[in-house]
Amino acid sequence: MTASDARFPTDAPTRGPRKLIFETGSPESRCVEAPPLDVPEISLDEALAGSVRSHAPALPHVTEVEIARHYHHLATMNFGVDSGPYPLGSCTMKYNPRLNEDVCRLEGLSGLHPYQPLETFQGALGLMVGLSDALAEISGLPGVTLQPAAGAHGEFTAVMMFRAYHTAKGDPRKRVIIPDAAHGTNPATVAMAGYEVTTIASDARGAVDLDALKAALDTDVAALMLTNPNTLGLFDPNIVAITEAVHAVGALAYCDGANMNAIMGKARPGDMGFDALHINLHKTFSTPHGGGGPGAGPVCVTAALAPFLPGPLPVRLDDGTFGVGWTDHSIGRVRSSFGNFGVLVRAYAYVLALGGDGLRAASEQAVLSANYMKEKLKGTYPLPYDRPCMHEFVLSGARLRKEHGVHTLDVAKRLLDYGIHPPTIYFPLIVDEAIMFEPTETESLEDLDRMIEVMLEIAAEAASDPDLLHGAPYSTPVRRLDEARAVKQPDLRWRPSSAR
Amino acid sequence: MLRSVGVTDVDELFESVPEAVRLGRPLDLPDGLSEMETAAAMRALADANTPATRLVSFAGAGCYDHYIPAIVDHVVRRPEFFTAYTPYQPEVSQGTLQNIYEFQTLMCELTGMDVANASMYDGATAFVEAALMASRITKRHKVVVAGSVHPEWRVVLRTYAASGNIEVVTCPVEDGVISAATAALLVDDSTAALLVSSPNFVGHLEDLAALGQVAHAAGALFVVSVNPILAGVLEPPSSFGADIVVGEGQPLGNPMSMGGPGLGFFACRQAHLRQLPGRIVGRTVDVDGRGAFVLTMQTREQHIRREKATSNICSNHALNALAAAVYLSAVGAAGLESVGRACVAKAHYLRDALLATEKFDAPYSAPFANEFALRYAGDPAAMHAQMLRRGFLAGVDLGTIDPGMDGLVLFAVTEKRTKAEMDSLAKEVASL
Repeated sequence: MTASDARFPTDAPTRGPRKLIFETGSPESRCVEAPPLDVPEISLDEALAGSVRSHAPALPHVTEVEIARHYHHLATMNFGVDSGPYPLGSCTMKYNPRLNEDVCRLEGLSGLHPYQPLETFQGALGLMVGLSDALAEISGLPGVTLQPAAGAHGEFTAVMMFRAYHTAKGDPRKRVIIPDAAHGTNPATVAMAGYEVTTIASDARGAVDLDALKAALDTDVAALMLTNPNTLGLFDPNIVAITEAVHAVGALAYCDGANMNAIMGKARPGDMGFDALHINLHKTFSTPHGGGGPGAGPVCVTAALAPFLPGPLPVRLDDGTFGVGWTDHSIGRVRSSFGNFGVLVRAYAYVLALGGDGLRAASEQAVLSANYMKEKLKGTYPLPYDRPCMHEFVLSGARLRKEHGVHTLDVAKRLLDYGIHPPTIYFPLIVDEAIMFEPTETESLEDLDRMIEVMLEIAAEAASDPDLLHGAPYSTPVRRLDEARAVKQPDLRWRPSSAR
Repeated sequence: MLRSVGVTDVDELFESVPEAVRLGRPLDLPDGLSEMETAAAMRALADANTPATRLVSFAGAGCYDHYIPAIVDHVVRRPEFFTAYTPYQPEVSQGTLQNIYEFQTLMCELTGMDVANASMYDGATAFVEAALMASRITKRHKVVVAGSVHPEWRVVLRTYAASGNIEVVTCPVEDGVISAATAALLVDDSTAALLVSSPNFVGHLEDLAALGQVAHAAGALFVVSVNPILAGVLEPPSSFGADIVVGEGQPLGNPMSMGGPGLGFFACRQAHLRQLPGRIVGRTVDVDGRGAFVLTMQTREQHIRREKATSNICSNHALNALAAAVYLSAVGAAGLESVGRACVAKAHYLRDALLATEKFDAPYSAPFANEFALRYAGDPAAMHAQMLRRGFLAGVDLGTIDPGMDGLVLFAVTEKRTKAEMDSLAKEVASL
């Protein structure tokens, strides 16, 4: 079943590429019209001192139905959590509860302006204080800022707080230690914060090599950035020794909270000795990923770091009302306004709905589901480190490559034909042909079994017909892309001259 | 499931968590709620607010209450868009990818620039990323920022600059704008960029032609922030030599939502493509020769280049970019121009009406578009409170944002405000 299959006309409404919105409609097409102006017209040229636009931008000319059909078509070419299982490791693609999509659109929340008088958004401030309190309890770290817009933004916020903390003690220090299994955002953040990166090797479990860590630690080190549970889905058993070693040289320990979905209500980064943590609300707290965002990356810190939090901070006042405050040594702001408020609203609804026990149960189910899949797959796809995992696990596709010349990429692309989104692949870098599954707690047993069955079927296909996998996918709106051409002949925008 | 895994209790799966750090108690959070109870609790929080949209609002200062066509949210609510991840698997992400390609095109059209990225978090972070990018391109350390840029944005710039990667010098404001002569004294051969906003924080248009010349004469880049809702009426910054154009895209189809999530947009000249932060989508073909879209130029990004990446940004604001793209399609070029004309005409009408009350003075004389600042002859906080009781959000009391602007009130007028509402505001203020 390919594009050349005569049974499937290539311009069938729900299959294959669609022309651009710029190439849709006709010059007369209009969607919404402005009402008549009810004040006197003025001379734009006079009002704008001559900087009136001379050539109109080439925007689409389309009717509402053309817009509806265009985006309907685009939607059908997308795969979301509602489309099927989405076990994308380290991304926590859990179901996005629909109530949360409704409540964030309540006019009393979505219609707020950031500079309204305080007394007119007491509910919003109360919501943010409630969410901050919940995140403090879940993380074991009492200081919270909701301002960061994403995980990487939270990382930056925390490392800049570390810089301010060390500077207040007389020396900002020079380096930040990062294990080689870390997400790329960690070293990129460190560079943006003006520190040098020192990379240390992980051991075979993806855990911190304590000797390597101790060898790298000295009083030039500002911090260690660590993902725990780590990117192999394993909890680092030496975590207390690690954070103690970091503190012994006066450095701070940062927890990348990408994997918080494994440990809510089970263990808290604050209790492990971490000084700061970011939480991806768009992972652990069920807010949607939006095709790339918006997310939110609140940061939780120890009491010692709290004076450096960015502002403004929503606070509960003594009289029971809510206000906005700044800490004494605040690093400033990392963005406009209070944060991605619409995302915070969804996350708070999630916390209210699940409650403390529900959050713990979510983590337990996420861990159980991952272990269930791991046990059923490890006989076919080698598991580099065989022990109970947390909420995700990493298999290796190396055997399929060796025996059948089939790569992890081929397995991933073949999954698409079965209506399953591929897991994260080729990450972490320390596993050969890595396949990182994170089923999340919201996949049913039926769907877990189907993912297992399909993975086993694909392994059988690899043995019987490796070329079938090399050519996959076949049933998707488009097939494998020429990525080299995209780089060599950059076509990054439509241009009016090429139209119509 | 437990049996398949070989354990009798789920706690056995947590044995790798050292005893010392296990929580060992329930989280101190309330019990979970049913959907009905959760909905009621959230509604109660919403009802405890009086949103700007239920007042006659003249609040702007970076966040604006423009009309959002109905089609916008219907598209944004498609679960295929909002429940999808970053489009790493292009075969099943063509919807997101094509939209980003179209969004990039739209931002290029609005700003007049050659290339644009897939979005940033907000205008403030896009502005900072522009400063950092200019520093990488020019290999210079200092940036000169107009003191007329949004105070919050300048705080964000300073917060980032504490890294030591850039040094920020502020160009003082004269009569509501910065002067090219003063800027020329600050921009020198160690300057990576001159960064301005037009309209600026108090609504005035900067002399972009003169300021662009100042930047380029010193070999610095010219970075301009614009309000995209005015792109139908204002000449794009490319015409004044801008090298990087950024801004806050919230006015394009996104609700105010207390200032977030907004939409940072980022566009630049072709020559600087490889220093662009964030994701970029390009057009290519699949193995069957069909046109298709894919994330490209990824060797700039953190997951490939790690500490050598152009930025640490990973998640962006793709869904807000989708809203902006649908908005621009819904209004079209003629509609965008109408919106811009209406905002400019109404803002000028309101300013005259407020000045006629003799309760206000005009502190500045420079040209403005959709927003203007006036000095109130009294206590703005008291005026605000009294007007709130009458159902008006009477602009933004600038003294609450920047003590240096004490006494000033910033009024923004969108196409949603009617002549009757503006007349009524003027009448009520006059009666105070």
